[in-house]
Amino acid sequence: MSLTEKGEAGPGRSARPGGSARRRRPWHVYRRAPGEPRTVGYLYILPALAVFVVFIVLPLLQSVRYSLYDWDGLSPARWAGADNYVALLTDPDLRGAFVHALILLLFYAALPVLIGLLLAATMSRIRVRGLTFFRTVLFLPQVLAMVVVAVAWRWVYAPSGVVNQVLGLIGLGSKGQPWLGNPDLALPAIGIAGTWVGFGLCMVLFMAGVQSIPRELYEAARLDGAGAVREFFAVTLPALRPQIAVATTLTIVAGLRNFDLIYLTTSGGPGNSTSVPAYEVYHRAFELSQVGSAATVGVGLTVVVFVLTAVVSRLVEGKQ
Amino acid sequence: MKRSSRRIIAAWVALPVAVVLAACSAPGADSGGSKKSTEPTSVSKDVAKAGKVTLREWDQEVRGGQNAEMTRLNKEFMKKYPNVTIKRTSKSFSDLKTTLKLSLSGNHPPDVVEVNQGYPDMVSFVHAGMLMNLDKYAKAYDWKSRYSPALLDLNRVNNSATKFGEGHLYGVSQMGEFIGIYYNQKKLKSLGIKPPKNWSQFEQSLAKIKKAGQLPIQFGNLDKYPAIHTIGLIQAQNQPTKQIRSLVYGGGDTKWTSPGFEKSAKTLQQWTKKGYFPSGPNGIGYDDAAKQFSHGQGAYLITGTWEAADIKKPMGNSLRMMLPPAPAGQQQATTGGESLALSITQKSKHPNVAAAYINFLTSKHAAKVMADTGNLPAVPGATSPKSKYAVDKDMFRDWKKINSVDGLVPYLDYSSPTFYDTITAALQELIGGSLSPKQFADKLQSDVNKFHSQQ
Repeated sequence: MSLTEKGEAGPGRSARPGGSARRRRPWHVYRRAPGEPRTVGYLYILPALAVFVVFIVLPLLQSVRYSLYDWDGLSPARWAGADNYVALLTDPDLRGAFVHALILLLFYAALPVLIGLLLAATMSRIRVRGLTFFRTVLFLPQVLAMVVVAVAWRWVYAPSGVVNQVLGLIGLGSKGQPWLGNPDLALPAIGIAGTWVGFGLCMVLFMAGVQSIPRELYEAARLDGAGAVREFFAVTLPALRPQIAVATTLTIVAGLRNFDLIYLTTSGGPGNSTSVPAYEVYHRAFELSQVGSAATVGVGLTVVVFVLTAVVSRLVEGKQ
Repeated sequence: MKRSSRRIIAAWVALPVAVVLAACSAPGADSGGSKKSTEPTSVSKDVAKAGKVTLREWDQEVRGGQNAEMTRLNKEFMKKYPNVTIKRTSKSFSDLKTTLKLSLSGNHPPDVVEVNQGYPDMVSFVHAGMLMNLDKYAKAYDWKSRYSPALLDLNRVNNSATKFGEGHLYGVSQMGEFIGIYYNQKKLKSLGIKPPKNWSQFEQSLAKIKKAGQLPIQFGNLDKYPAIHTIGLIQAQNQPTKQIRSLVYGGGDTKWTSPGFEKSAKTLQQWTKKGYFPSGPNGIGYDDAAKQFSHGQGAYLITGTWEAADIKKPMGNSLRMMLPPAPAGQQQATTGGESLALSITQKSKHPNVAAAYINFLTSKHAAKVMADTGNLPAVPGATSPKSKYAVDKDMFRDWKKINSVDGLVPYLDYSSPTFYDTITAALQELIGGSLSPKQFADKLQSDVNKFHSQQ
């Protein structure tokens, strides 16, 4: 393999024994600390690396390349340079999609983490009969296929659906409306469905985290006279930092690549009030035949995901 | 060690970059083979002499009656010509739409494919040289006398692939469809309303139904597209068919901002305001609305002939259908067209067999099979089916009628590659009240302007 040969011929290797000498020497003569990676190690990860390059790195670069063209997916493409990126920043529909995604993050990431924390704190403190049952029920939305979730919530929000029925029962019938058909309410309505899906995962992550907190810490806090709230902020919350980082990252990524829920509930409507970047990628590539523009949105989305996850790991995990 | 691992990582990054850069001709430049759609070199109607042939065919006829019809006709064709094997792939409309492009740009596309009409699909395929010009076959099989001109025009694209609705023929369709007004006969009778004979009677009946505390028109536009059909049907009463065709096909003087279309937008908005639709139609799904109608909610339902199969069972003979009643003294007109066009791919090795197969699928005999399996054949002369449902006979009668008066106008979303997107979003805003009829019309016109300026 040319890579190892290249590596051995490199200047970094001049102090090390050559290939032929290596074969004659027993392993313990190596001037390398035990456990330090050896070049041959790269051979072992080669298959995985090849898969990674072929299925992730290449398509990613290909997308970047497409984003520089104006292409309908069929005829020869026209070089567009930065045009698609300029459109990404100036086209109100495209910018709107990113703004919607950021608003949805409140519902997809912030709320599930908060609710998850609340539930984990409550469940770890109060002994309830049949706790496992409740935990399972609360986690259930996470297990459902998004298609099922979308269809179910479409019914929930329908003019004759559960929400409006309940409003009617408690005498607020006049507040009832077609939730997904109202341009101001459709986005939060979809957001609530997202919260419903996401909080179970956060709760389970946090519960696992709480269980690994030494009991002594709680006992010490209680001896010092800490109440439930104080205990939560002094012991539980700091100890859950890594879990919060994981949960926030996972929910942010899930929120940003949210496609199915939007596609199946509103297709970006009414008007364009619920369109999000992930939906725009599909919509532009397959429905509008604007492959270049779709790739640009994809690249933009990737950048946003990178930036947000980096910020989260900095903020929550702290510098390491 | 660190330096060498960096080199290896660098090599891994450099390799794909090199591969991508090496393939640095513009995307799409190498696909499609010959870049022009051409006619077949020699036309022959003799299928038996073609030797052993396997035809690969892709369609979207997955629903009950449509699947039955295709399966039966394929079987019959293979029986008639034992040297031909048909390999059929059937996908839902949206699946076919998303995968067909990839398959056509490959080296082994299917021989016969169903292609959606309009700029996004058929025109762009012709532009990329992927579909065969069928003019010679149309002559050989006399397809001109089989279809009304409006139906053939839907499958035509001009020489430079910049316009559709005229030029060469790139496919023919099996089934017909049009937007009509379904009505609940029992309900109208109980309210003392006779099926309206003209447009103003129709509008009067809406007011009367509303006054009686009933819902005049069942309608749901959560899926964005149903309102295209509603406004299209209204527009057909306000504008001459010629104008609407030139709007959709492009190139004429008529603008979307013309008074006829703006008036249609106004009517649609007024119907919403007057409560002729259920409240908040943008929040009701298309299927849900149809279901509500079949359960007796609403006197009318404005949608396509394809919906009959689902709602005729629960409604029985109280379900009837009519063409939109034209304003007094005018000819009837409505939005409609035909199912996806059966086209031959440019790279097909057996265009003659493929053409014979398409001819078979659209023949009089095929029309009978379609009618027997609950479909509406595009060929207007097909005999009415022996159905126990009155609505089936209504549909056949109206299809014949609308073709005989040349009253079909194309779906509005064919107008530009982005038009579906623009009109569906704008219609939701028009119905929701956030766009005025004028702003709505302006939006559509600017979409079309943008498209024509790029052509």
